[in-house]
Amino acid sequence: MINNLIVSGSPHIHKQESVSRIMWTVVISLIPAGIAGVIIFGLDALWVTLVAVVAAVLTELIFGIWVKKKITVLDGSAVITGILLAFNLPSGVPLWLPIVGAVFSIAIGKQVFGGLGQNIFNPALVGRVFLMASWPKYMTTFTQPLHTGVGYDALTSATPLVMLKEGKILEHISYLDLFLGKHAGCIGEVCILALLIGAAILLIKGYISWHIPLTYIFTTAMFTYVFGAAQLFSGDWLFHILSGGLILGAFFMATDYVATPLTARGQLIFGIGCGLLTAVIRIWGGYPEGVSYAILMMNAATPFIDRYTKCRIYGTR
Amino acid sequence: MKNLIKEFTKGIIKENPTFVLALGLCPTLAVSVSVVNAIGMGIAATFVLLGSSLIISLIRDFIPDKIRIPCYIVIIATFVTIAELCMKAYSPALDRSLGIYVPLIVVNCMVLGRAEAFACKNNLARSFFDGLGMGIGFTLALILISAIREFLGSGQILGHTLVKGFEPIFVFGMPSGALLVIGLLLGLFNLLKDKRA
Repeated sequence: MINNLIVSGSPHIHKQESVSRIMWTVVISLIPAGIAGVIIFGLDALWVTLVAVVAAVLTELIFGIWVKKKITVLDGSAVITGILLAFNLPSGVPLWLPIVGAVFSIAIGKQVFGGLGQNIFNPALVGRVFLMASWPKYMTTFTQPLHTGVGYDALTSATPLVMLKEGKILEHISYLDLFLGKHAGCIGEVCILALLIGAAILLIKGYISWHIPLTYIFTTAMFTYVFGAAQLFSGDWLFHILSGGLILGAFFMATDYVATPLTARGQLIFGIGCGLLTAVIRIWGGYPEGVSYAILMMNAATPFIDRYTKCRIYGTR
Repeated sequence: MKNLIKEFTKGIIKENPTFVLALGLCPTLAVSVSVVNAIGMGIAATFVLLGSSLIISLIRDFIPDKIRIPCYIVIIATFVTIAELCMKAYSPALDRSLGIYVPLIVVNCMVLGRAEAFACKNNLARSFFDGLGMGIGFTLALILISAIREFLGSGQILGHTLVKGFEPIFVFGMPSGALLVIGLLLGLFNLLKDKRA
C-alpha cells in the first residue's frame, strides 16, 4: 500500500502530447493535399514528394550521427520539412532538384543552427528560396493539370498569379476551379479544399491556433481588396486568397512552432506582417508570389516581436 | 630570422585576416564572384598593405598619437591611388570589373587594422613580413572563396568549364551565396582549429 505513493516534482498531470505525436499529426494533416496534388498533376508529384522526404530524413540521420547527438529522425520533423518543400515545387522538376533542396533545408536551414527547436527560419522555405534563387527556370515551369491537357509531359502553363502579373485576362478560371485546384501551380498549394481539411484537423486538435492563419489571410485579403486593382477598393480579394501558396503558407508554414512568436499578441503581429508583405510583393513586387519571402522575413523579425510582446510577470510593473 | 618567418606565416593560416580575424569582409563579399577578380583585388590589397606598413613603421616615432588615424589614412590613400592608377593603365578590364572596391581599400579595416595593431609598434623588417603575410593570406582566402563561388555559380574556373552538364547554382553568384560560402568556410576553419587544439 505504501509503495503506491509516488513522490515527484510538478507537473503532476500529464497530457499524452509529445513532439513526435504533434509532428506525425501534422504529417497526416498534409496527406489530403498530397493526394490532391497526385490526382491533379499525376504520379510525378508523388515521386517528387517521396524523393524530398527520403532526402530530408537521410540528411537528418547523417547529421545526427556526425555530430553525435540523439538521433531525432523518428520525431517526424524532417518528414514534414521534406513534404512541405515538395509541396512548394512544381511537379515537373527533375528529381535531383528536390534532393538538393531537402539536403539544403535540413543541413543549412536547420542543423547548422543546432537542430529542431533552434532554427531561426522555417527549413522548408529556406530550401525553397535557395532553389528559387539557384534554378529559377525549373522553379517557374509549371505543369498543366492532367485533365485539361493532352499529355502531361508536354504542356506547361503559367500559374494564375503569373497571368495576373503579366496582365492577362483570367476570365476562364472560376473561383471553384481555384478552390479545387484545377490550375497550374506547385504540388501542394493548388487544392484549397484538401488544405482546409488538413488545417481543420490541426485546429480541432489544438496544435495550431487561429491567430496567425486568420490574421494572415485577412490582412492579405484586405490589402489586395484596397490596392489590388487600378482603382482603390476594387481588388479581387477572393482570387488572391484562393491562388498561390497563401492557404498552404498560412496554415502549415507560418504556424511553425519554432520560428514564430510565442504569445497570442505576437502571433497577431506576425500574421499581419506576413499578410502585408505577401500583398505588397504580389501587387508591386518583382515576383508573382510572395508567401515564402513574407514568412521568412517575419521569421527573422520573430525575436523582436517576442521581446516586445512579453507577458507581464505578475507583480512587476 | 626565425621570428621574421613567424611574422610572415602567421598571416596565412593562424591569423588569416578573412577566416580568423574576420577583417576586410566587405571586399571579400563583393569581389569574390570570379577568381580573376579575387587575384586582382588580392594583389592590390597586398601592395597597399605592404607599402603602408613600411611607411608607417618608418615614421611611427614622428606621428603624434592624437592624429595617428588621419595620418594612416593619408598614407594608405596614397598607395591606393598608386594601385588604382596602375590598374587603370595596365588592366582596364580588371579595373572596370572591380569598380568602386579598389578605391574602397582606403577604408579596408584589414589595412587600417594592421597599421594600428602592428606597424605602429614594430620595426621595419617585422612590419614588412607582417604586411606581406597578411596580404598573401587575404589573397589566398579570396582565391579560395571565389574558386568555390565561380565553380558553383557558373560552372567555371578562370573561364574554363570543368564539368560538362553541371547546372550552375545561380545563388552562389549573388551576395547571399558569398555569405553562405564565407560562413561555411569560417565554420570549417573553426572546426579544424578545435581539432588541432
